[in-house]
Amino acid sequence: MISEENSMKIVKKFAAAAVLCVLIGASAFAGELVINSDASDPAPKAAFAKIIKQFEQANPDIKVKYNLYDHESYKTTIRNWLVTTPPDIVFWYAGNRMKTFVDRGLFTDVSDLWQEQNMAEDYKSAMPAMTIDGKQWGVPYTYYQWGVYYRKDIFDKYGLTIPKTYDQLLHLSQVLKENGVTPFTIGTKFLWTAAGWFDYLDLRTNGLDFHLSLMEGKEKWTSSKVRKVFENWGKMVKAGYFLKNHTSYSWQEAQAPFFSGDAAMYLIGNFFAANFTQEQRSKIDFFQFPQVDANVPMYEDAPMDTLHIPSRAKNKVDARKFLKFMTLPQNETLVNDALLQIPTNSKAQVKDDKYLNIGVKILNSAAGTAQFFDRDTNPEMAKTAMKGLQEYMVHPERLDKILKRLDRAANRIFKK
Amino acid sequence: MASLTNEKGFPFKVDTVMEKNSNLTSHNKPKRRRVSTKVAPWIFLAPGIAIFALYVIYPIISSVALSFYEWDGLGEKVWVGLGNYIELFESDVFWTALKNNALWLLLFMLAPPIGLAIALFLNQQIRGMRFVKSLFFFPFVISQVVVGLVFAWFYDPTFGLLNQFLGVFGLGPIAVLSDENWVTFGLIAAGLWPQVAYCMILYLTGLNNLDPEQIEAARLDGAKGLRMLWYIILPQLKPATFIAIVVTVIGALRSFDMVSVMTSGGPWNSSTVLAYMMYEESIFNYRMGYGAAVAVVLFLIMDLYIFYFLRNMLKGEK
Amino acid sequence: MFPLPIEKRGRTAKISYRVAIIIALLMWLLPLLAVMLTSIRSIADINAGNYWGVPSSIQFVKNYTDVFTTTPMGQYLINSILIAVPAAMGAVILSTLAGFALAKYQFKANIWIFALFIGGNFVPFQILMIPVRDLSMSLGIYDTRWALIFFHVAFQAGFCTLFMRNFMVAIPDALIESARVEGVSEFKIFWYVILPLVRPALAALCVLVFTFIWNDYFWALVLVQSDTVRPVTAGLSSLQGQWLASWQLLSAGAIVAALPPVALFFTMQKHFIAGLTLGAVK
Repeated sequence: MISEENSMKIVKKFAAAAVLCVLIGASAFAGELVINSDASDPAPKAAFAKIIKQFEQANPDIKVKYNLYDHESYKTTIRNWLVTTPPDIVFWYAGNRMKTFVDRGLFTDVSDLWQEQNMAEDYKSAMPAMTIDGKQWGVPYTYYQWGVYYRKDIFDKYGLTIPKTYDQLLHLSQVLKENGVTPFTIGTKFLWTAAGWFDYLDLRTNGLDFHLSLMEGKEKWTSSKVRKVFENWGKMVKAGYFLKNHTSYSWQEAQAPFFSGDAAMYLIGNFFAANFTQEQRSKIDFFQFPQVDANVPMYEDAPMDTLHIPSRAKNKVDARKFLKFMTLPQNETLVNDALLQIPTNSKAQVKDDKYLNIGVKILNSAAGTAQFFDRDTNPEMAKTAMKGLQEYMVHPERLDKILKRLDRAANRIFKK
Repeated sequence: MASLTNEKGFPFKVDTVMEKNSNLTSHNKPKRRRVSTKVAPWIFLAPGIAIFALYVIYPIISSVALSFYEWDGLGEKVWVGLGNYIELFESDVFWTALKNNALWLLLFMLAPPIGLAIALFLNQQIRGMRFVKSLFFFPFVISQVVVGLVFAWFYDPTFGLLNQFLGVFGLGPIAVLSDENWVTFGLIAAGLWPQVAYCMILYLTGLNNLDPEQIEAARLDGAKGLRMLWYIILPQLKPATFIAIVVTVIGALRSFDMVSVMTSGGPWNSSTVLAYMMYEESIFNYRMGYGAAVAVVLFLIMDLYIFYFLRNMLKGEK
Repeated sequence: MFPLPIEKRGRTAKISYRVAIIIALLMWLLPLLAVMLTSIRSIADINAGNYWGVPSSIQFVKNYTDVFTTTPMGQYLINSILIAVPAAMGAVILSTLAGFALAKYQFKANIWIFALFIGGNFVPFQILMIPVRDLSMSLGIYDTRWALIFFHVAFQAGFCTLFMRNFMVAIPDALIESARVEGVSEFKIFWYVILPLVRPALAALCVLVFTFIWNDYFWALVLVQSDTVRPVTAGLSSLQGQWLASWQLLSAGAIVAALPPVALFFTMQKHFIAGLTLGAVK
C-alpha cells in the first residue's frame, strides 16, 4: 500500500542508513590500531603504556591494542605475522634484521613520513641505519651505547687509569691479573657477548666500512684484515685475561664476579647499568673501548630499536599517526627516560645519568655506528660465526680451521 | 596385579556380561538394518585414522618433500634436489651430531642393566617397599625440562654439587657443560636418570611375574646368585628386556629436551644431536629445507628400530 | 622369588638392607632433594653462595608466592591443564574406538593399520615439526592451545591405540558373538559390552597420556609463542632466562611444574605402572 513516492523515500532512507553503517563500520575499523611489541621488560613496558595512553587521549577516535611478547619467541612469530595477518605496527630492529623484511616487501616505505617530519635533520645519525635504496623503512626511537664498565675502586686500588689505547688496556689487564683479579668478565653461553668483542676489535682495527662489508659477506674471513683482528684479540685471549669457564655463563651470570670484585671490567651494553644498586653505581664507571689503530676513526656499536608498518597492515593510516607521534621529541624523551637509553631524535632530552652522559658524548662524536654483530648480518651467518668466536676464545690455536669454516659458510649463505 | 581371569587373562566374570547382552535386546525389537561387520571397523577407525593421517602421515611425506628444497619460511621454495643432503654430509656439525647420537645410543644401553640391578635390589617384600619403589620411579614422572635444569645446576662450575663434591677430594672444578670433551657425557648422565627409572619399573614388573616353580626347582638343584640370575631369571625377563631396549633406543635418538635446556647444543655445537640440529636449522637459521633433510636422516635411522620392533611384536602375535 | 627374600636371612642382613635402601634412595633422589632445599632458601643465601648448608632463613611461602606473583607461572599451569586434559581425553576416546576395530575385527588391512599406528608413535618429532607448524598456521590455530591439543590427540593416538588394542584382544570373542547373535548393533556392543570391561585400561591410559602431554616440551616450543597460552614446560624454560641466578625461584618453579604428574602418579600408581609395563609380561 505504499505509494511510489513513499517507497522511494524509504529506499533513500535505507540507502542513507546503509551508507552511514558502512561509514561507521569503516571508521570503527579504522579506529583500531594493533601494535605487537617485544618490549616486555618492566621499564619499557611501563613507558609504552604511558605513551599509548597519551596517544589515545590525543586521538580519541583511535583505540590501541598493544600485544606484548618475550624477545625470543617474538623473533620467530614476527615472521609468521608479516606473511599472514600482521598487526599495524611492529617493534623491530635496524640493520640486517630490517633488511630481511624490506627485501621481501614486508615493510612499508615511510620515506614520506621522514620528509614530512623533516627527520633527516633531527635523526641525522640514525638515518643511515634506516635507509635502504634511498628510502626509509621505519622509525627508530632509541639506541644505546656499548663500552667498558669498570670497577673504579679496584682501579684506584692498583693505581690504574682509564686506557686510551689498546696497549694501555693490555698493560693494565696484566697488572690486574698479577694481583689475582680477572681483568674481563664475560659470559658466552649464549654467544653474542663474544661477538661484542669481535665487533669492537674489527671496528677499531679495520673501520666501519670493512666491518659492514664483512657482515654482508663481501669480505673473506680468512683475509689478512680479519686475521689482524684476531691477532689483537689473541693478545687478550692467550694471556688469559677473560673469566674462566665463560662458556658456562650467560651474560647475567657473568655479572656476579664483576659485582663481587673478582673481575674488574665488562664490555657490554648499557642495559647492564639498569641492574645497578646505588652502592654499585658509586663503584662502577664507564669508558669508551680504547683506540687500537690511530689511523682508524672511532666507530661504535649502537643497536637501535625501531618501529615499522607491515606491508599487509590493515590500518596504515592510524599507524602512520602513531609513528608521527613517536617522533615527537617529548615522547622519545619519555621512553628513553624509562629505558635509560639514548633517544634517536637529537632534539629529545637525555636523562641525566652518569653512564648515559658519557654514552651520548661518545655516540655524538662517533664517526659512524653499527647495529651489533647479530643484527648486522644474516641470522644463520651470525649463529655460525658466533659459535666460531666462542670456540676461538677457548681454543685460539684453532683459528685457521675456524676462519676457513666461516668462509665456507659465508660462501654458501651469501651466494644466494 | 593379578585377579580373576579367564583363559585369555581377562579380568571379569563372563556370565554377568552374557546376561547384560540379552537384556539389551529383551524388547524383541524387529531386526533393523545393522551396520555390517565389514563396515563397522572402518567407522570406528575413521576418526583415529583421519587425525593421525593429518598430523603424522602427511607431515612425514611433506617433510621428505621439503628436504629437496631451500626455503626460509618467508619467500619462495627453491628446488635444490639432493643439495641439502650433500651439504649435510659435508658439514662438520652433522658429523658431530651423528657422533653424539652414537654416544647417546651406546651409553643409554646402560639403562636396562642398571635398571635391572636396582629392580633386583628393590625386589623384597619388606614393609614400605611399595613406597620406596615409587620414589625410585620418580625421575621418570617429572618433565625432562626439570631434570635438565636440575642437572645444569648440579654441574655449575662455581656452585654446583658435583664440583663441591670433587672439591672434597681435592679435584679441580670441571665445567662439565662448557668443556667440549665432557659436555655430552654430562647430558647423557642427566638423560639416564629418568631412563633407568623406567627400565627399573619394567624389570620390577617382570620380577613380579616370575614362575615360582622354576625358581624353586632351580634352588633345589643348588643354583643361586649369578648363576640363578643368568640361567633362570633373565630368560623369563625377555619381554621386559625387549621393551626396555626398544624404549631406551628411541629415547636416546629423541634426546632433544636435555640438549635444548642444558646447552643449546653448545659449546660451539659440540653437544648437538640430530634432533637439536634440525630444530636449530629450522627455527633459528630459517632453513626449513635443510632442517627437513636432517629430520629425514634421523627418521631413516629410527626406521631401522621401528622395523625391528614391529617385526618382533607382530611375530609374537602369530 | 628372586633374589632370596630378606626375611629368610639373619637380623644383620635385614638391618643392613634397610640402611642400604635408605642410602640408595637418598643418593638417587639427591638432585630432587637439592631442588627442594633450594626452593625454600632466601636470595641472600644464594648470593652468598650458601647452596648446601642449612638455610639461613626458610622462605617457603615467600618463594612459592613469588613464583606466582612475579611471573606468569599460574597462567602456565592453567594452560597445561587446559591442554593436557582435553588432549588426553581426545586421544583415549579415539584410540579406544580404533583399538576396538583392530582388536575384534578381521580384515586384511588390520595388521598394516596397526603397524602404522605403532610406527607413527616411534617417529622422531623433528620429521613432523615444520609441516605440523605450517598446518597449524593454515588452520589458524597456531599459537593457541588448540594447536597443541590437536597435535597431541593425533600423535598419542599411536601409543594409545596400541595399548587399547592389546588390552581388548584379550576379551573373549564369545561375548561379542553372542551379542551379535542377539541382534545388538556394533556400536552398542562397543558401548555396553566392551567399554565397561576396559575401564581399568582406560584409567591407566588416561593417567599415562596426561603425564606425557603435560611433560611435553618440544611441541610447546614449536606451536605456541605467547605467554597467555604457553604451558608450564616451555614456560619454565623461558623463565630460566628471566630468573638467571635466582636459583631459589627456579627451583620453586620446577617443583610446581612437576607436581601435577607426580600427584597423579602417586594416586593412580597401579594404573600408571600397568600402562607402562604393558607387554613386559607375556
